[in-house]
Amino acid sequence: MDRSSLSTKIRRIILEQSKRANVGHIGSALSIADIVAALYGSVLHLPDPADPERDRFILSKGHAVLALYAIFFLNGWITEAQLNTYCGDNTLLGSHPEHALRGIDFSTGSLGMGLSIGAGAALAARLQKSARRVYVLISDAECNEGSTWEAIMFAAHHRLANLIAIVDLNGQQALGYTDKVLSLSPLAERWRAFNWDVHEVDGHNIEAITQIVAGLPATVEKPHVLIAHTTFGKGISFMENQIKWHYLPMSEAEYTQGLREIEAGA
Amino acid sequence: MRRAFVNTLVDLATQDTRIILLTGDLGFMALEPFAEKFPGRFINAGVAEQNMVGLATGLAEAGFVPFVYSIMPFAVLRPYEFIRNGPIHHQSQVRIVGIGAGLEYSHQGNTHYGLEDVGIMRIQPGLTVIAPADAAQAESAIRATWDLPGPVFYRLGKDDKTVVPGLNGRFELGHLQIVGDGRDVLFVVMGAIASEVSAATGRLRERGLECTIAIVASLNPPPLSDLRDVLRRFSKVITVESHYVTGGVGSLVSEVIAESGLACRAIRCGVRTNPGGVTGSQTYVQDLHGLSAAALAEVAAQSIRES
Repeated sequence: MDRSSLSTKIRRIILEQSKRANVGHIGSALSIADIVAALYGSVLHLPDPADPERDRFILSKGHAVLALYAIFFLNGWITEAQLNTYCGDNTLLGSHPEHALRGIDFSTGSLGMGLSIGAGAALAARLQKSARRVYVLISDAECNEGSTWEAIMFAAHHRLANLIAIVDLNGQQALGYTDKVLSLSPLAERWRAFNWDVHEVDGHNIEAITQIVAGLPATVEKPHVLIAHTTFGKGISFMENQIKWHYLPMSEAEYTQGLREIEAGA
Repeated sequence: MRRAFVNTLVDLATQDTRIILLTGDLGFMALEPFAEKFPGRFINAGVAEQNMVGLATGLAEAGFVPFVYSIMPFAVLRPYEFIRNGPIHHQSQVRIVGIGAGLEYSHQGNTHYGLEDVGIMRIQPGLTVIAPADAAQAESAIRATWDLPGPVFYRLGKDDKTVVPGLNGRFELGHLQIVGDGRDVLFVVMGAIASEVSAATGRLRERGLECTIAIVASLNPPPLSDLRDVLRRFSKVITVESHYVTGGVGSLVSEVIAESGLACRAIRCGVRTNPGGVTGSQTYVQDLHGLSAAALAEVAAQSIRES
C-alpha cells in the first residue's frame, strides 16, 4: 500500500502528468500542492461535489489546476483514464479549470476574477443562512489586478467572515520576480489595512494551514486571508524559484531526477 | 425605461425571492422602489463594475437571479471580460442591465454613450440580447425573458416618456414587431430611436410615401425568419440605430441579406464617427449624427428618388 503523504502523491501526479502530456506550469502546481493537500485533506466540507451545502473552492490561479486534478483522482472523483486525458483531445482536463468537470465550482484562467466570484458565493451563503464557507486560492501576481482589490474592499465592507482567501506567495510571476515586476510589499499589511483578518503561514506546512483555518475566530466579523509563504517549484531542487518552470516541459533526465527528489522528500 | 425596469423588477421580486439587484453606485431617483422594498436584496457594489459582475456570477451559482445595473459603458465595456468568462461561460442567470442607449446621455459626453454595446454583446453565443424601443415594450420584454436559463443583456433607454405609436408593448423573443404596412419604405430599427423613425414616417406620409417599421428588440436570438420575410418584400431597407453603424441592427440586416441572397439594398443610419468632445441636448447630438426625424425622412425620400 502506498503510505506516502497526500502532498507527495499530488506532486508525483503533477510530474507524471506533465511529463506524459509534455506541458509546463509545473512549478505553479508544485507551489500549491501542500495547500491543496491541506484543504482537500481535512478543511473543506465536501460530502459530494454537487451538494449545494458543500464549501465552495475557487482556484483563481487556474494555471495550477493539475494539483486539483491530482486530488480529484486521489478522492475518486475522476478515473485514472480521465486523468490521463490531461491536455489531450476531447477532454475537460485542460490547463485551466473548467466548471463542466465534476468538482470544479467555477472556471478560471483569467487572473483577478476568482475573489470577486468568491465574494458573491460567500454573500449567497449568507443570504441563504448557510454555514458553508468559500475558499479562494489566489496567486501573489493576481494582486496586480485592480479587480482583486475591488473584491477585497467589498468583502471587508460586507464583513464576509465566511470567505477565506489564501495567497500563494511564491514571489514570482510569469516574466520575473514580483518584487521586480510590481512590488506587493508589504502584502500582509496591505490586506490588514483593507480590514481583513490576516494570518501568515508556511504554505508547505499542512498542519499549520489546517490549524489556522480550524481556529479562525467565528467572532471576528471580517473576511480571512492566509498569506501562505511558498516556494515556486517546491520539492524539486532545480525547479525551485526558477521562472522558466512556469513554462517548460521536462526532459527525460529532469523527470527522472524530479521523481527521485519527490520520493526522497516523502 | 428606467422606471419600467424598476417597477417590473419590484413586481417580479415580490413573487420570486431569487431576484437580487446590484448597482455600480448609479440609479438615483430610479432604483429606490426596489431598494426600499427589498433592502436585503439590494446591493450597491460601489464604483467597481468588474467585481459586481464577479459577485453576480457567484450569486447565480447558488441559485439567485442577479440583475447588474449601470450606465451602458460601465455595465458592458468595463466588465466585458468578466461577463464573458463569468455569466456567459458558466451560462448562469445573470442579467446585465445597461441604461442609456446610444446618445441619450447627451451632455454627459462620449464616456457615457452606448454606441458599441450591441455589437460586442451580440457576437457572444449563449447571451440573450434585448433592446426595447419604449417603456411598454421594455416591460413585456423583461417579463418574457427574466427567468431564461442563461444570461441576458438588457439595453434600456433612459427615459420612460418616449412612446412608439402602434407598438403597444408587443414583444416576442426571436421575432420582430411590425408597425405600419406601407409599401414604399421599409425601416428596420433598434431601440428608442424608433420614436424618431415614427416621426419620420409622418413626414414621409405628407409626401405621399407609406412606410413599414420593423422593430428588432430581440437581437439575440435574432429574428431571422421574420427579417427574411419582410426584406423579401422591399428592394431597399433603411436601418436605424443610435449605435455605431457596425455591429448593431444594420449589421444584422446586412448579414441576413447576404446569407439569404436577398435582392435588397441596405442603407444604414447610425453613428459613423467618434462623437468627439462636442455635446448638446439629446436632440442636438442625434441630429449631428443624422438621427433626427427630418434627416431620416430625407434619407428615405432620397432612396426613393434613386430608384
